[in-house]
Amino acid sequence: MIGALRKEILLQWRTRAQAIAVFVFGATSLLLFSFAIGPNSAALRQHAAGFLWLALLLSSTLTLAESFHAEMEHRALEGLLLLPVSPRAIYYGKAIANWLQLALLGIALVPIMVVLYDAGTTQLLRLVFVILLGTAGISAPGTLYSAMTSQTTRGKQMLLPLLLFPLIVPVLLAAARATSLIILGDPMMQGGSWLRLLAAFDAIYWSLCGLLFDRVVED
Amino acid sequence: METAAIEARELSRRYGRRWALSNVTLRAERGEVVMIAGRNGSGKSTLLRVLSTAIRPDGGSAAVLGRDVVKEREYVRRATALLSHYSYLYEALSPRENLSLIGGDIDEALVRVGLRERADDPVSTFSAGMRKRLSFARVLMQKPDVALLDEPYGALDPEGFVLVDRVVEELRARGATVVIATHQLDRVSSYSDRIITLEAGRVVA
Repeated sequence: MIGALRKEILLQWRTRAQAIAVFVFGATSLLLFSFAIGPNSAALRQHAAGFLWLALLLSSTLTLAESFHAEMEHRALEGLLLLPVSPRAIYYGKAIANWLQLALLGIALVPIMVVLYDAGTTQLLRLVFVILLGTAGISAPGTLYSAMTSQTTRGKQMLLPLLLFPLIVPVLLAAARATSLIILGDPMMQGGSWLRLLAAFDAIYWSLCGLLFDRVVED
Repeated sequence: METAAIEARELSRRYGRRWALSNVTLRAERGEVVMIAGRNGSGKSTLLRVLSTAIRPDGGSAAVLGRDVVKEREYVRRATALLSHYSYLYEALSPRENLSLIGGDIDEALVRVGLRERADDPVSTFSAGMRKRLSFARVLMQKPDVALLDEPYGALDPEGFVLVDRVVEELRARGATVVIATHQLDRVSSYSDRIITLEAGRVVA
């Protein structure tokens, strides 16, 4: 799996211009969402967490849709499977690389959110922890579905969000609520339960998707 | 009697409604060089892809070194190497990085295919012939017992042709079975032990 992960990180580094474009897309989404609320700073702060995760979700579909492009270009994925490399190792290598990329994107979008939505917080480490858990819940099923849709000849870009969005609703809900509690304060100490829910969904997605991956990529 | 290197019985595979392979039965012994001839679309590549486990057959059975290509896929994959008409390469990575996924002596393989000088350049800057050579390096590094070569001479220059001949001879010398699907009939028939001709997915000779 280390070899597969190393390969993924190398590929992401070589195509880093794409990551910058995804960041710009996410930042632009946050900016546009802020226009919808208007100059009411209390309302902006109230909705900051939801919009952060919405921007991250939309950006993640771009990242995930591209993640199997290099594998399909010259059937490199088939070449890996024939070596033979375990499909599970390939999956976890790619899912971890996607997770790192989405987590970095999420962390990079936080300052934009703070500036645009007046949504500063002193609990930065806790916020990073929520972003790590939330993006893990997007990248695990996202990588599986990306593998599935990359094999279709038509409608790849459309199919991925159609399949992915309904599945990750609980993750988004928990991540947005946990983030909101960090920004707005958590007098009832509810944050812990949302984090536990996130961690539970992450555990389910990461184990189940790893098991299903070979059925998706093998003929 | 020793197990055959390759044994296919009534092997069939279809794409949609069209049968690319239809009831193909063949046998190749260990250490043999077998040439698969046939026109474009006759099923040569599909046969090699089924034998390499890249795709599953829709009917019949095939075994490599006595192991079923569907039920014992892992074993077959360790024993075979496929030179496909897909390069199986990552464009953004260098030859060294591409081959590091296999393990083994990368420098030796690159020297043998004549790409030592370009070991650290991205594959995206390579010509079709250079990519073919790199795909060949992949096969060499796998040290297969059964090598399945689909159009090995395609895109290569005359120097590359000699390289392929030498590699096939080396594989045979160490007891590997080599199956070559090609249109270079004169060249390959001079050193192959047997010729199998496919037409519309069926063995005709």
